[in-house]
Amino acid sequence: MAFLELHGLTKRFGDFAAVDDLTFTVERGSFVSLLGPSGCGKTTTLQMVAGFETPTEGKIILDGKDLSGIPARERGLGIVFQTYALFTHMTVEENVGFGLEMRKVSRAERKRRVADALDLVHLSHLGNRYPRQMSGGQRQRVALARALVIEPQLLLLDEPLSNLDAKLREEMQLELRRIQREANVTTLMVTHDQSEALALSDSIVVIDHGRLRQDATPFDVYETPQSSFVSRFLGKSNNFSARLESAGPDGSKLVCGSLDLQGPRVDLAPGPVEIALRPERITLVGADAGQLRGTVAERVFMGNQWLLRIETEIGDMLVMRYNTGRAEAEQGATVGLSWKPEDIRILPAEETSA
Amino acid sequence: MTSQTSRAWLLSAPALVLFAVLLLTPLAMTFVLSFNSFDFYGGIGNDLSLANYAEVLGDSYFYEIFWRTFLIALITTVICAAIGVPQAYILYRMSPFWRSITVLIVIGPLLISVVVRTLGWAILLGNKGVINTALTNIGLIERPIRMMYTSGGIVLALVHVMVPFMVLAVWAALQRQDPATEAAAESLGARPRTIFFRIVLPQAIPGVLSGSLIVFSLSASAFATPAILGGRRVKVVSTTVYDEFLNTLNWPLGAAIAMLLLVAVLAVMLSWNRLVERRYGEVFE
Amino acid sequence: MRRNGPLSILFSLVFVSFMLAPIVVVIGVSFTPEGFLEFPPSGISLRWFRAILDNPEFITAAWISLKLGVAAATVATVLAVPAALAIGQGRFAGRDALQALFLSPLMVPTVVLGIAFLRFLSLMGLNGTFFGLMLCHAIIITPFILRLVLASVAGLDRSVEKAAISLGARPLTVFRRVTLPAIMPGVIGGWMLAFITSFDELTVTVFIVNPSTTTLPVRLFSHITQTTDPLVASVSAVAILFTVALMLLIDRLYGLDRLLIGEGKR
Repeated sequence: MAFLELHGLTKRFGDFAAVDDLTFTVERGSFVSLLGPSGCGKTTTLQMVAGFETPTEGKIILDGKDLSGIPARERGLGIVFQTYALFTHMTVEENVGFGLEMRKVSRAERKRRVADALDLVHLSHLGNRYPRQMSGGQRQRVALARALVIEPQLLLLDEPLSNLDAKLREEMQLELRRIQREANVTTLMVTHDQSEALALSDSIVVIDHGRLRQDATPFDVYETPQSSFVSRFLGKSNNFSARLESAGPDGSKLVCGSLDLQGPRVDLAPGPVEIALRPERITLVGADAGQLRGTVAERVFMGNQWLLRIETEIGDMLVMRYNTGRAEAEQGATVGLSWKPEDIRILPAEETSA
Repeated sequence: MTSQTSRAWLLSAPALVLFAVLLLTPLAMTFVLSFNSFDFYGGIGNDLSLANYAEVLGDSYFYEIFWRTFLIALITTVICAAIGVPQAYILYRMSPFWRSITVLIVIGPLLISVVVRTLGWAILLGNKGVINTALTNIGLIERPIRMMYTSGGIVLALVHVMVPFMVLAVWAALQRQDPATEAAAESLGARPRTIFFRIVLPQAIPGVLSGSLIVFSLSASAFATPAILGGRRVKVVSTTVYDEFLNTLNWPLGAAIAMLLLVAVLAVMLSWNRLVERRYGEVFE
Repeated sequence: MRRNGPLSILFSLVFVSFMLAPIVVVIGVSFTPEGFLEFPPSGISLRWFRAILDNPEFITAAWISLKLGVAAATVATVLAVPAALAIGQGRFAGRDALQALFLSPLMVPTVVLGIAFLRFLSLMGLNGTFFGLMLCHAIIITPFILRLVLASVAGLDRSVEKAAISLGARPLTVFRRVTLPAIMPGVIGGWMLAFITSFDELTVTVFIVNPSTTTLPVRLFSHITQTTDPLVASVSAVAILFTVALMLLIDRLYGLDRLLIGEGKR
């Protein structure tokens, strides 16, 4: 049995279903991300796990125990809020010690555990500071220490890195993963940032419009998206409508516009489909080679890589090229585009989404 | 009732009880009182009639008092807007150091008792007061100008009492605007005058309107200033009510006058609010 | 931003002089050695300040005003803070009506409040009592506290309370340890504004005092309307000094403009 289980979790506000029949599990000790665009219901889900919202339907089971009816105060979960929600009138030590104080932990024991928690987040030297004297990254660490010091069964992170600038966010990603491993705490994180989810998680639960879209490891979610939404939400992707002509054990045949394409094997019946191709899987070849010919419309240099928008007969294609120290094709140049058939992902045609 | 609602009412209950017992009940009792009869020998009667209202509405003496009260309030409001708006804008543009000092001087008097401030004006405005003495000494006038016990004197002192409210309201509105709008207008070629009238003033209008409402309603019901500077000679509604209650002792008549004042002030406030909302509702919030 | 031009500075100087004139005059007159109001005073004398000591009714009145202000502001704060938490944190049935009721003393002309309190208290046999006076003042000053506390509550991050709950705090602990400290500036500012408003209140008070509970503004008012001697000026000068000291304290602690604008709408 999994450590945390959500069964058919639903939250309705009037007619609107913010969370709709959500079922997934989290293994003990793992790091799971709830990923989706803003307003997709992921924060409501977190609030229900935390006990601040009551589910309309469904159950949340933690370590074999049904959480419904248990008030937030007694759930004993560690929560890191998006705003960090630090007590600004208390010092760092007082902030971190608050949960232990509520648990009537003796002063000496409290002091020791607060010191350990601050040590874990590398803030031992700042225990007497007030939150407003600290940087964003430091406040984040205080919030983490405060949540972890009560030795929670489950750590909930609500968009923990969204208030940090880009450089700090990357640093904190590594820190967060280290701290989570060291504390060995089962973690559920809510985020709208796909790169954050990919970098941190053992497993990603993609949510859209309150419904589960995919639940898999970061690699699988990226490599084998199950829907058009997932393919476009994680990373960049070139998506086109196509027709699946035939599917066999050796591969499939597709028609996209006027183009005949080879694809990998697929379990779909012939008919309308959507194909997705990652920009980094496309190579540029001579104008007359490759599967497709196009014109470079725009070229953006990003340091370690080039991003090119290439106009082709089936539509615009994004192509990513690593910077190998040589100038890339000029704007206006005619190029050929080539890819391996198995790099194409064949997805069910997008239902006209609600 | 949801738990949220019952929690909210529970938290408000103590204040609600006080307000129900000590505000709503007395107001209702005063409303009833205004229909009671009064006799100089028998006191307040229990019968109900419109006689008090008929007396007030049928007497030109009371008309004159109401008319004077609202005219004083209106002129006070206009003057407060005319001098308060520029002062608020100047305040807004001051350097932080001078601004903190000026703020203390301009809005600090709000915290000083109206009685004390009006005493100052009585000393300034009297026939042997500071202004008249000074003007006589430099030979500008031969006989003192009468300023005590005039509506003009009351307006002058009321402006002093009320103008901080206007400055505060306008200044608050100015602080809500994006300071870059002025720079934007300047970059598009606007002169300072144009910037003030086309960019700053329109954005400050909600503050001017709410400030005007405060100044008008407080001026219309002001008591201390007209009582000290107008005395028995220049009566306004609130001093008339005071006399009916504490000198003539005709409480029912005083209550009727007070109720008319309440209705008039509330009517002005509500219609003003409605006007403001209809006019500016879409633009501001 | 553009700086003020010379014309603006001149306007501001005139404005500031206008605001200061009556206050300066009162203080100036209080130093006169003569027996009548004169300005500028012909000499400097503390005669009329010594005269305050010979008129203990002013000292008694000031003492009553002080006690009244402290008691009324405290009662009003204790009632207004929970109400502000209810009104400021989320919607519920009757919320707007409650808020309008608690702010209504600002809308009703003070003279109407005065006679309403007089009518009620005299029927209850409480007229002229300190207790009745204190409750009436509490009503008048509640809106000032409510507005400031509401502004603090609006600035409160609800997840801070949630954080405390998730760490195991009970509702009362959350209030005492987290919510109250966070809104404390608004509570203190509201208390001080309420105290000053009560301390200065005349129009309502003049109806509901008796000789044993006469407050300082009422005493000054009746003195001014009967006689004019420099005694009222010296008492006023002391009152001004007290208010200015309080004002500077507030400005330090809270910012006078923030206090009086009250952030929220009037």
